[in-house]
Amino acid sequence: MRTDQLVEALVSDRATVRRPLARSLGLALAAGGALSLVIYFVTLGVRPDIGPAIATWRFDLKVAMVLIGLILTFGVCLDCARPDMSRHPLRRLLLLVVVLAAAVAIELASTPAASWQTRLVGSNSMICLPMVPVLSVAPLVAALLVLRRTAPASPVLAGAVAGLLSALAGATLYAFHCFDDSPLFVATWYSLATLPMMAIGAMAGHWLLRW
Amino acid sequence: MRSARQGDDEAYRHLLDRVAVWLRGIVGRGLASAGRGSAEREDIVQETLLAMHLKRDSWDERRPIEPWLRAIVRHKLTDHLRRRGFHDHVDIDDWSNSLVVSVDVEAPAAVDSRLLLESLPERQRVIVQQISIEGRSAADVGARLGMSEGAVRVALHRALKALAVLYRRERP
Repeated sequence: MRTDQLVEALVSDRATVRRPLARSLGLALAAGGALSLVIYFVTLGVRPDIGPAIATWRFDLKVAMVLIGLILTFGVCLDCARPDMSRHPLRRLLLLVVVLAAAVAIELASTPAASWQTRLVGSNSMICLPMVPVLSVAPLVAALLVLRRTAPASPVLAGAVAGLLSALAGATLYAFHCFDDSPLFVATWYSLATLPMMAIGAMAGHWLLRW
Repeated sequence: MRSARQGDDEAYRHLLDRVAVWLRGIVGRGLASAGRGSAEREDIVQETLLAMHLKRDSWDERRPIEPWLRAIVRHKLTDHLRRRGFHDHVDIDDWSNSLVVSVDVEAPAAVDSRLLLESLPERQRVIVQQISIEGRSAADVGARLGMSEGAVRVALHRALKALAVLYRRERP
């Protein structure tokens, strides 16, 4: 086949785009999240004291941190989906690290040292660790399907970031269940819970996102 | 590319033709600096065009298209050389300012892509051949094969995706 003949075939296939990538990825997360929401209501459910909890700054800060992470990682994921990804794609996440560190510092400054251990260990860490990944599986599958249309400069990195993104989507749901609102708990256990998803995402990226 | 995305086929053909010319320059020099002849050049050009087409969603309309294209050809060139057992860093930035126009539009038919075409399923192969080599329209091919135009386009799209996979896997 000559190149001009290939061009004919490409033209016949039409160049029109279906949907901007950002919107596809957002819809995919929403669809995966909806499935996770069903799992969430069947297995966990919203904490019974959600009303008074929303009035506390610790709960609000917890939800805000997870959402900031979700938004920042969304941008990183779009960047990683491009062949000409920026030189330091993960730099955006520095803001999340700063917010986490500040929240931990505020908590340490405002509570007695004797209570730190209880706050860190919390009461739900053994539920948090498996459940955040469980709630992340559907968003990860959906995100990877969208990313298969793209041309990531590093498929492994793109997969790992998709894993982080889906873990944060799962963590957003989980945050409304968990009683542990201390930034010490969130910074430790939520972060640990994202690790398996990043590892799975990286492996999936290696197999599914190469082009 | 913007017009092409609105469905302007003529604009898309024009773009692909110009990109192909531009790619021949870049790929030719990439191969030369890796100490290889230009025999594989047209294969890489075609593979890059195919990737550009299939992965077009990853181009953000608000950005210039050239860095995006260059990233794709760098990826394909590196991938090609690695597959052929050549391990080195390929830096195409050295030639970034040269938009050399090579004139041989009648480039020699790439042997590899003809072999690849033959390993497609029968129907996909017929569709690709009739559209690309015989220059028929999708509607025309559909009428001859007793398929709707939409079905021909779907089959064509699948065939192109399959070709992209074959390019990556089948070659030595």
